[in-house]
Amino acid sequence: MAGLATVVLMVAVALAAPLLCAIEGQDPTTFHSDLLDSARGGVPHGSFGGVSADHWLGVEPATGRDVFARVVHGARVSLGVALGATVLELLVGIAVGLGAGFGGRRADAVLSRLIELSLAFPSFLLALALMAIVPQSMPRPLLLACVITAVSWGNVARVTRSQALSLRRRDYVDAARMSGARPSRIAVREVLPGLTAPLLVLAALKVPLNMVSEAGLSFLGAGVRPPTPSWGQMLSTATTWFRADPTYVIVPGGLLFLTLLACTVLAEGVRRAMDPRWGGRS
Amino acid sequence: MSAVLRVRDLRVSYGGFEAVKGVSFDLAPGRALGVVGESGSGKSTLAASLLRLTEGADVTGEITVAGTDVRTAPEPELRRLRGGRIAMVFQDPLSSLDPYLRVGDQIAEVYRVHTGASRKAARAKAVEVLDRVGVPDAERRARAHPHEFSGGMRQRALIAMALALEPRVLVADEPTTALDVTVQAQILALLTDLRAETGMALLLVSHDFGVIAGSADEVLVLHGGEAVEHGPVSEVLREPKASYTRELLAAVPRIDSPRPARPARRGEPLLRVTDLRRDFVSGPPLRRRTIPAVDGVTFDVRRGETLGVVGESGSGKSTLARLVVRLLEPTSGKIEFDGHDLSGMPERRLRRLRRDLQMVFQDPGSSLNPRRPVGESVADPLRVQGEPAPAKAARALLARVGLDPARYDDHPHEFSGGQRQRIGIARALALRPRLLVCDEPVTALDVSTQAAILTLLADLQDELDLTLIFVSHDLAVVRQVSDRVAVMRDGRIVELADTDTVFDSPAHAYTRSLLKAVPVLDPAAVRGP
Repeated sequence: MAGLATVVLMVAVALAAPLLCAIEGQDPTTFHSDLLDSARGGVPHGSFGGVSADHWLGVEPATGRDVFARVVHGARVSLGVALGATVLELLVGIAVGLGAGFGGRRADAVLSRLIELSLAFPSFLLALALMAIVPQSMPRPLLLACVITAVSWGNVARVTRSQALSLRRRDYVDAARMSGARPSRIAVREVLPGLTAPLLVLAALKVPLNMVSEAGLSFLGAGVRPPTPSWGQMLSTATTWFRADPTYVIVPGGLLFLTLLACTVLAEGVRRAMDPRWGGRS
Repeated sequence: MSAVLRVRDLRVSYGGFEAVKGVSFDLAPGRALGVVGESGSGKSTLAASLLRLTEGADVTGEITVAGTDVRTAPEPELRRLRGGRIAMVFQDPLSSLDPYLRVGDQIAEVYRVHTGASRKAARAKAVEVLDRVGVPDAERRARAHPHEFSGGMRQRALIAMALALEPRVLVADEPTTALDVTVQAQILALLTDLRAETGMALLLVSHDFGVIAGSADEVLVLHGGEAVEHGPVSEVLREPKASYTRELLAAVPRIDSPRPARPARRGEPLLRVTDLRRDFVSGPPLRRRTIPAVDGVTFDVRRGETLGVVGESGSGKSTLARLVVRLLEPTSGKIEFDGHDLSGMPERRLRRLRRDLQMVFQDPGSSLNPRRPVGESVADPLRVQGEPAPAKAARALLARVGLDPARYDDHPHEFSGGQRQRIGIARALALRPRLLVCDEPVTALDVSTQAAILTLLADLQDELDLTLIFVSHDLAVVRQVSDRVAVMRDGRIVELADTDTVFDSPAHAYTRSLLKAVPVLDPAAVRGP
């Protein structure tokens, strides 16, 4: 429940980002050089990275942009990319997995090799390469989601395939065949419901993984472009400041950690709720 | 003679649920007590509590094994007691042996733990007990792994393990349920011999009255955790006092009872199978072997009749059932159904014929989709074939098989095994098929439920003019329902004739040995004069 509450809170924060910024009275892109101590190389004045009534979580070193505003706007990018990528992965993965599980021996052979290829490829390198070659005109968050999907749909496909293969041996699938149902109908009506539990769990685990991917890509400079904020990008700039201004590292890092933990706890909760042996209790 | 096992007012409860409600009995050395009951009667809980294997349960009453109070014994003494003075043989010989260890070593280990004997002595003992339980060439077989043993041999190995320490009491929980009748007969005979030779007392738990009748001196009938009847086997069988015992005995299909007469069917065959063959390929790529599961089978089924197909596990009867309805592709041979040749028919054309051919599966637990409401499962075939008002028809079907149509939206786990099988039958009948293939439809059910399902099938057959193929390993059930019977062995039909001919004057030696192995309810007939 705590996991669910935290995840919901994060999504709410992301959705309400402009509103929250309006309440604070700041926006994520305005520079506040007056708040910085130029003698110390641009570290904010005051303790904890310049925390004050105006700037709830302080300001960025070197630029003086409001950290709270950047973090809540960054949540939009981080969560949006992670959720978007997860949904896309599920779509691609289920389609390929069911195709492999139901399409007969030859389709299975081809699709399985494709899945293995995608799993065996060093995905981060591929993602970096893809980010470099695709046209720059595409919106970066959407591009990020697509790239993350392109390198990590294999897991979903493999889980779907193996589940489909084991479920299609059940008597109730035979019973459906006996009624004259087509394979596509059997796949959707009889097998897909049995896949929801493992796939939901996988999806809940995939969200944090994708957040990490996004953060990693942004950290390496291949993610969203400044001035658009994202947690990974904030962490990236914070690495040079962590001694002088620890608050700036702790805020995005801590949020990333909290969200990942919440997602994982949620995944476990989903697994228990979907497992008939637990009788739906969580 | 003083009792080696003494149980007084035994009560076992899990949480608030009382599984065993005040059972008392004595067991003297060399005697055998049969505990019989349907699933959920508490018989396995009772057996487990005798060795204090009931974890998390609340046990009250008295359990004394050879002078030791099992209920209060401290852990070290309990460990010496288990195996040493009271040993247990479980139902599933496959999961009770460690697949990674040699059979002889597993037996030797038990012996060493309890007696502190040397490795060599323990190994010698293992070979000795394996030999004792009738494992041929025990010296060599002791070095084999469990997967190299057949089901019957595994059960012998487990009994050997239990015997290694010469226990005073052997608790056998459904020791033959997973075995074929001929193997079952051998294991039961072995238990009886061992009892006579070693003076060991036997507590035999079974759902099968026939097993108890042949192998026990006394019987305890459990119903809902209570002992409803307790007495010598012959008395209980001849004059059961409790009404539950009478019901239970009446529900047991009798192999020796004549089948209710039905007008003989002499019509045109609805299904004609010619030289049907199905091979399975197994083994590693370079050493592929083809194993014929169905090996050239020819028979026909007449309109409106019931053809029983019997055989032991591995005889190919289930494969045959699946071939007939084309859930499996035949390797060669012909299946003609009402003039259509099914064997080479492409799936697309077959789909329209499917409505005439339906199947009832063995395990009602896995033949219904656990995530869909049962009404949907019944309505689905109608939907697929484009029938009008499928939901309404499904409700009517549920009512016809004796279920409340209001339970349309309930999921399979909310039903009992018998109810689920009724749903499976409703689904199979939804399209008003002409041929219904039943693959072990009552095997997973208790005898009383079994009787109800068989009655339902018989009623439906008359009502809908169904032709049935009834596959079962249970000869008594097959005798009750079939007009003609085919006996299968190693993928072939060894005998096919009218039911009475097969059962009363079998032509084939295998049929005779099969019939002889069936446990009979009359203890006088088993023990001889």
